[in-house]
Amino acid sequence: MIVVAYTPDVYGEAALAHAVTEAGLRRLGVVVVNATRGDAFVDERFASTERLAELDAALGEQGLTHEVRQPVGVEPSEAVIDVVKEVGGSLVVVGIRHRSPVGKVLMGSVAQRILLDAPCPVLAVKPSP
Amino acid sequence: METLSLLGGGLADALTPMNLMWAVIGVLLGTFVGVLPGVGPAMAVALLLPVTYGLDVTSALIMFAGIYYGGMYGGSTTSILLNTPGESASVMTALEGNRMAKAGRAAQALATAAIGSFVAGTIGTLGVVFFAPPLAEFAVQIGAPSYFAIMLLAMVLVSAVLGASKLRGFVGLFIGLAIGLVGLDASTAQPRAMLGVNQLAEGIDIVVVAVGLFAVGEALWTAAHLRRRPLQVIPVGRPWMGRDDWRRSWRPWLRGTALGFPFGAVPAGGAETPTFLSYITERKLAGRHHAEGRESFGEGAIEGVAGPEAANNASAAGTLVPLLALGLPVTATSAVMLAAIQGYGITPGPTLMTDQPDLIWALLASLLIGNALLLVLNLPLAPVWAKLLRIPRPQLYAGILFFASLGAYAVRQQPFDVALLLVFGALGFAVRRFGIPVLPLILGVILGPLMEVRLREALDLSSGDLVGLVNEPIAIIVYAIIVLVVVVPLVWSRVAPRPATPLTEVPERDRQEVGS
Repeated sequence: MIVVAYTPDVYGEAALAHAVTEAGLRRLGVVVVNATRGDAFVDERFASTERLAELDAALGEQGLTHEVRQPVGVEPSEAVIDVVKEVGGSLVVVGIRHRSPVGKVLMGSVAQRILLDAPCPVLAVKPSP
Repeated sequence: METLSLLGGGLADALTPMNLMWAVIGVLLGTFVGVLPGVGPAMAVALLLPVTYGLDVTSALIMFAGIYYGGMYGGSTTSILLNTPGESASVMTALEGNRMAKAGRAAQALATAAIGSFVAGTIGTLGVVFFAPPLAEFAVQIGAPSYFAIMLLAMVLVSAVLGASKLRGFVGLFIGLAIGLVGLDASTAQPRAMLGVNQLAEGIDIVVVAVGLFAVGEALWTAAHLRRRPLQVIPVGRPWMGRDDWRRSWRPWLRGTALGFPFGAVPAGGAETPTFLSYITERKLAGRHHAEGRESFGEGAIEGVAGPEAANNASAAGTLVPLLALGLPVTATSAVMLAAIQGYGITPGPTLMTDQPDLIWALLASLLIGNALLLVLNLPLAPVWAKLLRIPRPQLYAGILFFASLGAYAVRQQPFDVALLLVFGALGFAVRRFGIPVLPLILGVILGPLMEVRLREALDLSSGDLVGLVNEPIAIIVYAIIVLVVVVPLVWSRVAPRPATPLTEVPERDRQEVGS
């Protein structure tokens, strides 16, 4: 299985697009994970139910074995790695973004944690400029 | 037009750069706390109480008034964009407001809320300017027995009429009254409910109670429900209104103001009833003037935002009438403001207007200024306020707890007070857990001792004869009203068939901040 760390923005969409390509090449299924710590009233990286339903339908149309998960109240990087371990994932796809020095100090990086902690290869992708 | 010249004097006082700055800080802070669900203006004022002891009383009150109005406004932003009312008075705004936002009209909903708040706040404040002085003049003449009766009425109304359960209301009230009893008796110096702890001799400082209940209690409650599914926020640009929106909004604004102000002014204030009535009225009237109103109600009618939002702010202004004229707070925020006034050694009550005219008029003038500031600041800042909702709870509440402990310690520089703060924090958590409203509780703490003074006065005059409590016509009338308020609903519920389920279901946790 290929696990995608998804967010409803360009980075998440890039990750998803690459994951779908890889899944086609490797003839594997896709697990989409969109996690949130759930400790703020609003998390703009938390996809709406409608968006996930759309995504589910789109993956289905492409004939891929797929699953969409949205764990709440967990560290996003840990949630992704837990899913990798659970489904025996062979690849994690994650979108990476530029971050300001201050941003790095204040917040941890989900992508970095996944790169360092994942038990399988990680494909780090960027949205096309 | 003596009132107007007094108000002019107040404007001159309030327009000094320093006071203007406190007004700006107040409205910004008020909006900030209003936007965040769970953090209300009552909590903000409680947290700032110790900070303001360094300020002069006018500046402090100007800031608090800004927080009060700002909080009312901020609640509407959350209601509209998130469908999560930041405070109980915004529940009705959420109904139509969120539907408008979902239909892509968030900017117009925010605009009508902001402008409606401004219109209602301004008319309401002018209402205070004209109604409070005559009421105070009248109130100066009434004696201790009547005064005691009026305070009793306020407590009964707040406990029995507001809120879902009379029993819970009275439980809250009596917990509050019990807290108010602690300390040495004012006239005989007998220790009361001190449990042998000498630090309690001066009584429990209201700052410690208010901060414990509102800040620590809310922090514990949030910690118990820390991780929740995030809500979808509706993106919004700068609020604006088209010609058509103006045409549909101005009547609801005025009607909402007319409904809100009197409800705020009677001692059973709270903005829930007038906002609800305003919503119902607009719903009924919709379509009388504009065909589109009738059709769009239920799927985002601007009237349903304009009316309740105006009612909400007008009632906030209305609550200042009993607060300034009688020293009688009817919402949690005004109760804490009363504690602030007491902190300066000023006796709240009917004599306030004659003893401290400069203070009162500067306060009223600053309310008008604060209202205008809210409009100027909030229209362009709405997208920024929406971003506040992304603040993670752990960081936010860590900050609140820091200020809470600092405040409790600062009152008397006694570590004992911090321990006491934790006790009241636990109490705050417990009342939220068991659905006991906070408003009667805090009112009991603040009004209880004041009421006792009046009771003692009345009984001293009659040498301890209970007849001394009912020897004034006003007192008798007020007691009759109390009996009516308590007995009539009881009889009614026996006679009439049980009413259907409430029209709107307020989420459990929003009920806690009643009237804050």
